[in-house]
Amino acid sequence: MIEFLRRRPQWLEKAYQLTERAAWTLDPLIRKIGYQRVERLIKPSEDLAKEIMFGCQHCGQCVLHSTGMTCPMNCPKNLRNGPCGGVRPNGHCEVKAEMRCVWVVAFETAQSMPIYGHELHEIQPPVNRQLHESSAWINMLTKVDKQLPSGWIPAEEVN
Amino acid sequence: MSAEPIVGPNHNHNHTQNDEHAVPARSRLERVLRSGRFAVTAELNPPDSADPQEVYDAAVVLSSVCDGINAVDASGANCHMSSVAICALLTRAGYEPVFQVSCRDRNRIAIQGDLLGAAAMGVRNVLCITGDDVTAGDQPQAKRVFDLDSIQLLHTARMMRDYGVFLSGRKLTVPPPLFLGAAENPFAPPYDWRPQRLAKKIAAGAEFVQTQYCYDLPLMRTFMQRACDLGLQEKAHILVGVGPLRSAGAAEFMRSKVPGVYIPDDIVARLKGVAKNKQRTEGKRICIEIIQQVRELPGVAGLHVMAYRQEELVAEIIEEAGLLPRPFRTDVPHTTRERRIPRRPHPH
Repeated sequence: MIEFLRRRPQWLEKAYQLTERAAWTLDPLIRKIGYQRVERLIKPSEDLAKEIMFGCQHCGQCVLHSTGMTCPMNCPKNLRNGPCGGVRPNGHCEVKAEMRCVWVVAFETAQSMPIYGHELHEIQPPVNRQLHESSAWINMLTKVDKQLPSGWIPAEEVN
Repeated sequence: MSAEPIVGPNHNHNHTQNDEHAVPARSRLERVLRSGRFAVTAELNPPDSADPQEVYDAAVVLSSVCDGINAVDASGANCHMSSVAICALLTRAGYEPVFQVSCRDRNRIAIQGDLLGAAAMGVRNVLCITGDDVTAGDQPQAKRVFDLDSIQLLHTARMMRDYGVFLSGRKLTVPPPLFLGAAENPFAPPYDWRPQRLAKKIAAGAEFVQTQYCYDLPLMRTFMQRACDLGLQEKAHILVGVGPLRSAGAAEFMRSKVPGVYIPDDIVARLKGVAKNKQRTEGKRICIEIIQQVRELPGVAGLHVMAYRQEELVAEIIEEAGLLPRPFRTDVPHTTRERRIPRRPHPH
């Protein structure tokens, strides 16, 4: 079942898109209940689903849809912007020889993702390590996951 | 954190080899590249020593044959003298270092401090890399850091230079005038993504690029073709990595044990085809042949020579490939070429 879904990233990105829309629709209600209360409620199921599906590492700032529905935090070097130079000729990881490089997989799957596939080429800012072990969905609604360091001006505004 | 808004950029650094009038070159390497000449950089094998003389001895040989000396940052995750210290020694003696900064061992706080420190010591060229994993080295028990990745590191360095701020937004009194570089490996999967990934690095601030060892010309040709289709050779100077293989055994070791090094079977077979005592010469010959072919590739701006434990070959290779003399040299205080001991700096 999991393999079946993984091989259909276009379904996964659609599911992500629908869930995101639902989350934003429910946002006023969630705000009223309290983000922290809702976080306590949804965190266990969010963790479980993401762990089973994507091997979630709980970074709290999910970029799955921008990285070919492949969790970049599974890269032993935690790379958020693409593969390192150590990928083996067979497409496996430099560190874990038995694992396919998450970026080789991401590049493949992004090809069949019409909605978010192009986001693979966007520059991802440094990870906010303070968000570790918090709910990525709640962080999305409170927008803390998109907060950039003050000294980080996105490349598209610089170039 | 600074409450004031960030102003800037201080100056326009987005120049290419075509607009020489923008900003004066920050380093000799940049000057060579912007003049359109074929550039040569070389890697210095870092000593396992506390004696600066070992750095000077290695540098004096390399300096006369290249435009920039790369100080590696514990390459292969093996501990050696730190790259920032090597760079400081090199600038004190009038040499032109390329400061390699890897993300493996230091977090964003340490790295930004090192960039400032290096710039204060006169370092102008910085190569921002991810770094080999700790498991590749002699201390695999170490904790890996990877707080930033190479692209985030590049962009951070660019922010410091162009906007005069740390990542936190806190202001620098004097920003570091750095010429920023990135690494790329056209010989590792996903091959089709590599040119676009390089484009991403250039968008993050890379002005020059040094590639992994090139032993596979067809792969290199395809990569350069695609890079040129994306116009990358206009936006950054691409230097191709080359190096001599000591023997067939060394080739086997490198391709199986050193991350990211791809050596095709026919190269290994060619080395195996000659007697053991001739393999070193054959390795050098292969290297020079690759250099000649790489020079013909459109978009290639220079070479990056890496010769692990064969530094004495670097000068021979560069000379025999017809790449001497090097232009714009600023490091010729020596009266004779044979002089091995550079001037020691005054203690104050």
